Amino acid sequence: MKEHLFEYLLRLGDDSLILGHRVSEWCGHGPILEEDIAMTNISLDLIGQATSFLKYAGEIEGKGRDEDNLAFLRIEKEYKNSLLVEQNNGDFGVTMMRQFLFDAYRLPLFDALQHSKDEQLAAIAEKSLKETKYHYRHSAEWIIRLGDGTEESHERVQKALNSLWRFAADLFQADEVEKALEEAGILPNMADVKSEWLKNVQAVVSEATLSFPDNNWEQHGGRNGKHTEYLGYLLAELQYMQRTYPDMEW
Amino acid sequence: MVKEQQIWEWLEDVFDPEVPVLTVVDLGVVRKVNVSAEEIKITITPTYSGCPAMRVIEEDIRRKLLGEGLMNLTIETVLSPAWTTDWISENGRQKLKEYGIAPPEDEVDKSLLFAKPLIVPCPNCGSRETKMISEFGSTACKAHYNCLSCKEPFDYFKCLR
Repeated sequence: MKEHLFEYLLRLGDDSLILGHRVSEWCGHGPILEEDIAMTNISLDLIGQATSFLKYAGEIEGKGRDEDNLAFLRIEKEYKNSLLVEQNNGDFGVTMMRQFLFDAYRLPLFDALQHSKDEQLAAIAEKSLKETKYHYRHSAEWIIRLGDGTEESHERVQKALNSLWRFAADLFQADEVEKALEEAGILPNMADVKSEWLKNVQAVVSEATLSFPDNNWEQHGGRNGKHTEYLGYLLAELQYMQRTYPDMEW
Repeated sequence: MVKEQQIWEWLEDVFDPEVPVLTVVDLGVVRKVNVSAEEIKITITPTYSGCPAMRVIEEDIRRKLLGEGLMNLTIETVLSPAWTTDWISENGRQKLKEYGIAPPEDEVDKSLLFAKPLIVPCPNCGSRETKMISEFGSTACKAHYNCLSCKEPFDYFKCLR
């Protein structure tokens, strides 16, 4: 059970860490000042959540690795984030669509995880849920504004949905790790979380006058460490200082 | 042995580095002070997961209490129950307002989309003619508002529940 919990904590922590890093790339490049500040705030929340999840993962593993060690000193295949969060920022529409698909998943997940039989996991979920509500409102409102906005904005977020939809499926991975944790009462019924997610996403997509792509291909692999080409470049930047000056602190 | 009450009084000298009018006690981040023969244990909780002030707060508490001669000190961070703005003391709310930051108000359900932005009275002139500029402000705990009467921009300490 310990191994499964460690594995799942990496999925949670890496989702937060990698998306937090991606969103931080907007710092100084936001379309307007307020949006620049909003995205760096969201990024900070996500990296804070990653700290909590990875710290706990290190404790569960029991091999003396702390959150920094896990964040900076693993190789690409050892990262268990979903393929969705590592995708490039693209334009603002792509970034918001990625964020929205992710926030809509984190909302029901954390809501249910608050009641996990694992107390520390429940505590992190309870804390993170409050932040996720702000993130969700921000991203969902943008999707509706952009989708139901001008011809140009509509076309761009529609394109974003078309290209990201296959990776959104990778948020869910019904494998032996999830099943074992569900049976132990550590994870909620993930099929319920998924249907809640889908219901939410459908409602917002329809209000935004967008449509789902005809192609329903699902691209999986992130939870098993098989990533798209984009993660490697991200890690090269994320890990640069620790790889160049091992164990440096400031 | 030092009394718990005395420690709480000392903690009143430790200020939040981001909102320097509030003490860590006003802010509600100090959850517990346990005094036993072996050690003194302070339990703190973060306002937001990624709040960069937490490490500084911990160091400041340690420095203050070491300065008062307390040696066997443990500071523990807990996440549950999660911090809420309801834990900011009445005194703290008053200080925020005097400092020019509007204290948290009751807010509608955060899951509602396009909810009407909350009316936050201007901390400078008291006008209710204000406008939300952004839900995200200079730190994770604040939103950005503008007063339509006195034309001053101001921070709003947003409600977290």
